Amino acid sequence: MPTPFYLAASVAVSAAITWGLRALPFAVLTPLRRSAVLRYLARQMPTGIMLILALYTLREVRPTVWADVVPTALALAAAIGLHLKTRNAVISVLGATALHVALSTFWPI
Amino acid sequence: MRGIRARDFTAAAADTASVGLSLFPLGVSFGVLVVHAGLTWWWATVFTAVIYAGSLEFLLLGLVASVTPLGQVAVTALLVNLRHVFYALSFPLSRVRPLGRVYATFALTDEAYALTAGEHARSWSGARILWMQALCQGYWVSGATLGALAGSLIPLTLHGLDFALTALFVVLTIDAWRAQRDLPAPLLAAASFALAALLAPGQVLPAAMAVFTTSLLIRYALRRRADSPVPDGHRHPVPAGAAAGGEG
Repeated sequence: MPTPFYLAASVAVSAAITWGLRALPFAVLTPLRRSAVLRYLARQMPTGIMLILALYTLREVRPTVWADVVPTALALAAAIGLHLKTRNAVISVLGATALHVALSTFWPI
Repeated sequence: MRGIRARDFTAAAADTASVGLSLFPLGVSFGVLVVHAGLTWWWATVFTAVIYAGSLEFLLLGLVASVTPLGQVAVTALLVNLRHVFYALSFPLSRVRPLGRVYATFALTDEAYALTAGEHARSWSGARILWMQALCQGYWVSGATLGALAGSLIPLTLHGLDFALTALFVVLTIDAWRAQRDLPAPLLAAASFALAALLAPGQVLPAAMAVFTTSLLIRYALRRRADSPVPDGHRHPVPAGAAAGGEG
């Protein structure tokens, strides 16, 4: 069982590293913002980064287990379909998550 | 002055409505997991308020439950959050007043980056950006705290709540695509992810982002060569150094 001291130390280490990674690059990159290549990157990166993050959140889905694949595939289709149709992120996120909760709770195991 | 602040807050509340709807339920499921890992409920509040990096917190829970050495905790934090170095490229930190920058960098999560990445965020004031970040953290911390409290009272688990994070990133991908309709970039991203999953399964996230950034740089160089030679003083291959971190 982790002690409170160990837990606090883990939290402090994680927070310090995370903040460092978020803050320090500004010191290095801000003077270079005017460069054409960085402006190109800043414009091209968001779509790809968001896609990579979306794919990353699916890493626990076991591709051979129906109880994993079917709710995820249907909920993904719902998220994409709802968002293309309504353009309303609230509806898309809430609808797809509700569907996923319902499917993974009631899916016959 | 007060009127301007209120307007910034109201605008930020609208900006973050969709993100809040996924951060809050995700926080709830994190809080439930904290209690399931055997920790007292208020550790959920401490984790989410002090670290404030969602995917790392989920991973950290498994690490501390098995009392993993601090060195390994540090390496995990570094690898999982390495992607944040790229956010400095476009996050509008210069609009935030100097004191606020301490918090703005601390709370520069994937969601905060995504919200400011779009075309519509060009006009946001520093106060609106800070409120946006504070609200995002508020949803996350309150969700986790409530989830942990509920989890210690009711022994019931809702499966599948974590899909909110996937749905959020899917929505953000579509929005980013609408701002910049350019097919090669997402295709390169998907290919980078596949490559990273094959070659570096232990650190997919930083590896995929490094490969993706490198491929964009190569594309940029090829395009420049195809175009006529344009005089340009800024031709250092800059972020390759930052990108190379995850690649080894």
